[in-house]
Amino acid sequence: MCLAVPARIISLDASTEMAVVNLSGIHKEVSTVLIDDAAIGDYVLIHVGYALHKLSEEEAYRTLAMFDELAQMNEAEETLDEIV
Amino acid sequence: MKFVDEFRDGAIARKLAKTIAETALPDRQYRLMEFCGGHTHAIFRFGVQDLMPENVGFIHGPGCPVCVLPKGRIDNAIALVQQHDVILCTYADLIRVPASAQMSLLKAKADGGDIRMVYSTQDALHIARAHPQRQVVFFAIGFETTTPPTAIAIRQARAEGLNNFSVFCNHVLTPPAMRTILQAEGGASAHIDGILGPSHVSTIIGSQAYAFCAETFHVPLVIAGFEPLDVMQSTLMLIRQLNAGTAIIENEYTRVVTRAGNRKAQQLMAEVFELRPTFEWRGLGMLAQSALKIRHEFADLDAECRFNMPAITTADVKGCLCPAILRGLNKPTDCKLFGTVCTPENPMGACMVSSEGACAAYWSYGRFRRETTKQEVAA
Amino acid sequence: MKRPYSVKLDINNGSVNMTHGSGGRAMAQLIDEIFVHHFDNELLRQYNDQASFTVPDGRMVISTDAHVIAPLFFPGGDIGSLSVHGTINDVCMSGALPLYLTAAFILEEGLPLAELERIVASMAAASRQAGVPVVTGDTKVVEKGKGDGVFITTTGIGMVPAGVNISGDQARPGDAIILSGSIGDHGMAVLSSRENLSFATTLQSDSAALHTLVASMLEVTPSIHCLRDPTRGGLATTLNELTLQSGVGMLLDEKAIPVKPEVMGACELLGLDPLYVANEGKLICICAATDADALLAAMRKHPLGRDAAIIGHVIADDHHLVQMQTAFGGRRIVDWLAGEQLPRIC
Repeated sequence: MCLAVPARIISLDASTEMAVVNLSGIHKEVSTVLIDDAAIGDYVLIHVGYALHKLSEEEAYRTLAMFDELAQMNEAEETLDEIV
Repeated sequence: MKFVDEFRDGAIARKLAKTIAETALPDRQYRLMEFCGGHTHAIFRFGVQDLMPENVGFIHGPGCPVCVLPKGRIDNAIALVQQHDVILCTYADLIRVPASAQMSLLKAKADGGDIRMVYSTQDALHIARAHPQRQVVFFAIGFETTTPPTAIAIRQARAEGLNNFSVFCNHVLTPPAMRTILQAEGGASAHIDGILGPSHVSTIIGSQAYAFCAETFHVPLVIAGFEPLDVMQSTLMLIRQLNAGTAIIENEYTRVVTRAGNRKAQQLMAEVFELRPTFEWRGLGMLAQSALKIRHEFADLDAECRFNMPAITTADVKGCLCPAILRGLNKPTDCKLFGTVCTPENPMGACMVSSEGACAAYWSYGRFRRETTKQEVAA
Repeated sequence: MKRPYSVKLDINNGSVNMTHGSGGRAMAQLIDEIFVHHFDNELLRQYNDQASFTVPDGRMVISTDAHVIAPLFFPGGDIGSLSVHGTINDVCMSGALPLYLTAAFILEEGLPLAELERIVASMAAASRQAGVPVVTGDTKVVEKGKGDGVFITTTGIGMVPAGVNISGDQARPGDAIILSGSIGDHGMAVLSSRENLSFATTLQSDSAALHTLVASMLEVTPSIHCLRDPTRGGLATTLNELTLQSGVGMLLDEKAIPVKPEVMGACELLGLDPLYVANEGKLICICAATDADALLAAMRKHPLGRDAAIIGHVIADDHHLVQMQTAFGGRRIVDWLAGEQLPRIC
């Protein structure tokens, strides 16, 4: 369930707790009531007009690196196969 | 799209597929349930099954709030529109769902009912402000991801004194449904080896909410991100656990899921909602403590208090296999109605009405597999 | 011919009322000062109830469309320009050169004259730019509440050049499938200006008349098998129509299908699939594989075909399925649309 997509905060209104986010050039106004310390430049997960959670860029890159490690392991094995 | 496209990379997918094929032991089956309808949709849309070895199969779970909403609740909503002339605000997902007597929100709209599709509860509040003379009811559905937005709308309506606004609450909870699936024994058991946990429900409830899967049922669960590479990586993590005989809760979706979840959202939900003693789930029956109702303190914003909404029980169509499919006991192709009487244009049961239901996903994205198999068998 | 109106129409403050449809002086003035004034061509200025002209020898094509879009004005167009482009496109998808258009208006009582003029001016501009004049028309007025501002029905005629035989049942296994440019622009541009779903974007409708693109394609390859513009229901619907008509199947390559990043973003936000989103300035061309490269080159030289791409091939398939190899590496069906595609939360 629960279609949610990451988007970047480009402007904030602290008084209304609303933010404008950018997703590939689309700008949408969303509520930040569920997020603490939202800041411009943060990536947040958007669902039905609300930011649900901040996205940790560090964790995102770590996850991608995990995929990449796997890829490198595979390539190393393949090279090994070729040598043998 | 940043943090989306990278997780759909086909080159990495091929490499992950190779690793999965090498890690899966050839002499056993891996029956993995993806609980969430969004994952079902992603698996079919991206063709993830094609990248899996033969002995790794996905069982589609009941995490589809549209699918599990009882028909009677839609009947209630239609009655609100027809008998009380309310403006009914609803997410688009519900508009075509068949209710009783061949009705649906779409048909009720065609008959003159004031039914408006909204993207957000904010839009529903906007409509209530714009029409102070009319009663505006928001038809709330969804698991824990979609519940905080409803809580916010209720609090906001209270703060603004928006007296013409109320909510028809149908929010349901993930852990009780998971428990029901895992509790089934013998012939009623789907024999699930591992679970791909929901992505966005988990951002709200946290990984700690699934401890019971491991502790009580010794079933490993990996919280999987929404993108196809996340699904594949999570599948690999489950296969590794099953090979090692472990049953722990792991989190692949660390970029937005933490152990504790979103505390602020949880507090907001607790402030506005409480547990219903029991609630009907289409296909799963009555489940105890599995759904939310609006607290007494906010009763004036509860449509079920404001309007007379009698409980309406309806039976599923004869021959419809949805109850078994939702529990993971059968595949869509096992159902006699599938693709003959029951199609997305003319859905008979829960699993076909939503684009994420197992039957709808299978029909719309994957029925060529059946055709190919048939052709191969014939040849 | 000087017309006997004592006072000019008050475009700024006036609105359509029932007398504008009653056939009397008020209606004549509306027609004169708005429709004839903007469409302004010899045939229309004859003020007959019909337009009469000679046509070259050959096969004639005729097509008609009703336009009921809401909102009336959207980024990149309006109901007026849309109706001109839409009918020109339907005519030219047969290979025909469009000649003339008709336009019938059903106006809702209360429609501001300023809006009507804006729509008609836009239609006239589109018609002039395309070189296809609106030569006759009709006007009716319905009571308030019985129309969405304005409904427009356009009919167009054209002549098919000799030797051209394009039809939806001509696709054959092995044929190449060419798409003239990015999909989903129109539908998402319109959606962005709908209440309750609004989002800010620079996306514009791709509404355009495709007849000069088609002409340049036919110059290179007169033996094109099929042409169709994927409007409502999107690319997916059009391709499914063609597989059924031709009794074939298709295999697409998702990586090859051009989609603008903003369209992708808007679709992800709302849970929509760009394959099912409407287009108003794109075409699908099915041709023999050997003709594909030359056609593609010709299309890319034309302003409306710069992003043209071969997106797949026709295959033999008794089930007439449109299948797609996903960018991810798996395979899926691209099915018929079940009802209207609606945004989803799940």
